[in-house]
Amino acid sequence: MIELDAISIRAGSFHLDGVSLKVSKGGYTALMGRTGSGKTTLLEAICGLRGVESGTIRIAGQDVTHARPSQRGIGYVPQDLALFPTMTVARQLALPLSIRRLDKRFISERVDNIASMLGIGDLLNRRPSGLSGGELQRVALGRALSFAPSVLCLDEPLSALDDETREEICGVIKRVQEEVEVTVLHVTHSLKDAEMLADATLTIREGTIVPLQEETA
Amino acid sequence: MSGQNKVILERLGRPHRSKPDMPFHALFIGLTGFFILLIVGLLAANASFTSLDDIRTALADDAIFASVRLSLVTCTITAFLSLLFAIPAGYVLARYRFPGRSIVDAIVDIPIVLPPLVVGISLLILFNQTGPGRAIEDWFVSFVAWCNSTVPWLMDLLGLSRIRGITYDVPAVILGQFMVASAFAVRTMRVTFDQIDPRREQVALTLGCSRGQAVRRVVLPEARRGMVAAATLAWSRAIGEFGPILVFAGATRMKTEVLPTTIFLELSVGNIEAAVAVSLVMVAIALAILILARSLGLWTGRDHELQ
Repeated sequence: MIELDAISIRAGSFHLDGVSLKVSKGGYTALMGRTGSGKTTLLEAICGLRGVESGTIRIAGQDVTHARPSQRGIGYVPQDLALFPTMTVARQLALPLSIRRLDKRFISERVDNIASMLGIGDLLNRRPSGLSGGELQRVALGRALSFAPSVLCLDEPLSALDDETREEICGVIKRVQEEVEVTVLHVTHSLKDAEMLADATLTIREGTIVPLQEETA
Repeated sequence: MSGQNKVILERLGRPHRSKPDMPFHALFIGLTGFFILLIVGLLAANASFTSLDDIRTALADDAIFASVRLSLVTCTITAFLSLLFAIPAGYVLARYRFPGRSIVDAIVDIPIVLPPLVVGISLLILFNQTGPGRAIEDWFVSFVAWCNSTVPWLMDLLGLSRIRGITYDVPAVILGQFMVASAFAVRTMRVTFDQIDPRREQVALTLGCSRGQAVRRVVLPEARRGMVAAATLAWSRAIGEFGPILVFAGATRMKTEVLPTTIFLELSVGNIEAAVAVSLVMVAIALAILILARSLGLWTGRDHELQ
């Protein structure tokens, strides 16, 4: 589903050279690595938020290396969640649908479905300010999934949560991933999160991606 | 424990007596109080020099009433135009990285540092002595003629139907105000966009928005408070603008006379009572606009306050 072939990225003095990666359809892959190893940079390149110097990015077999972020069909949850402070939860979930000019009835039904799947039905008229950490995570997840993307990229979305909420959100992510059959690439520092969620765990070291077992061996 | 460590611990172990906070509070509160008193003193001095009768007499004068109306209309148009240019310019300066960006950034500030009379002279030369300036003026005259035939009621309402050109006419008043006011608006919008996390815009792109849609749906709603501030700043700069208007638009009664021009004209004929009365009218208008804009700014910024 996600295929990176010899990707090279340059961002100031930092660079990644010849990175290759394969995530199979419907799989949940965790990507680990030290701070500054380029995990977030790679995720941004996959989402189209950062240009690549060379190499190919394929999503569902389509070459999207030079496609705009809006054309890649990737749901993205950044570390700080980047929720829109002026919008209600309902409007955040509806934004990707209204951009696609879908009819209001469909949008309303879809928002209700996503909200009930994530347990945020009673928050639809609230704005992000005042929501708890766990509620914010659910809203960000719902926003990224509302347009039914084939791929979901998560950039350490659980890092700011307490242990209890973290476990709760891990459960939600896993359940939702199985329910909507989305392919997930999850950047994390936490081996615990990776073990709890991922089918495969990769690590990025000196610009090369290897399975975690090989790295620790 | 080594001897050196013992000495250090002995010295650090002594009770520390920090200096009292009172002089700090006294200095800061004293200077703030002096500053406020200075402003209030200026207004009080003006108020003591005039009476309600003087203000009523001044406003009953057709020329002064026309100048109040022209000031309100031109400042509003200037604030609107300033915001129209400040939003894209502020966004470009905050978000885009390109060679020569610091030069562009400095050019935007030029109207702020230029002496007002120089702005006026430069505008006069541009529109009177250069080909492109004259071409713009010709095009503008045809545009006004078109507006007069298409929306005559609006042109009459705004008092713009008698415009015959740019130089020494109402558009010169607006341009004179705009050149300085817009620079302040651009600076305000740039700071506003700087403070908005670009990550939200990026997320909007992944959700399917084009760059324009991301700005319209995500960034601009967040920038509402900055937009109100930029428009207010442009408006309040515009109402006090005098130098460029005097040079570029002239000081013709019932034509290009705005409130600062009125004060100048009344002073030049020794009518100090009228000049002070008009000054107080200006202060009242400026205060009303500031209070209105502040309450509007607080209202539109409510979400951010909560966050």
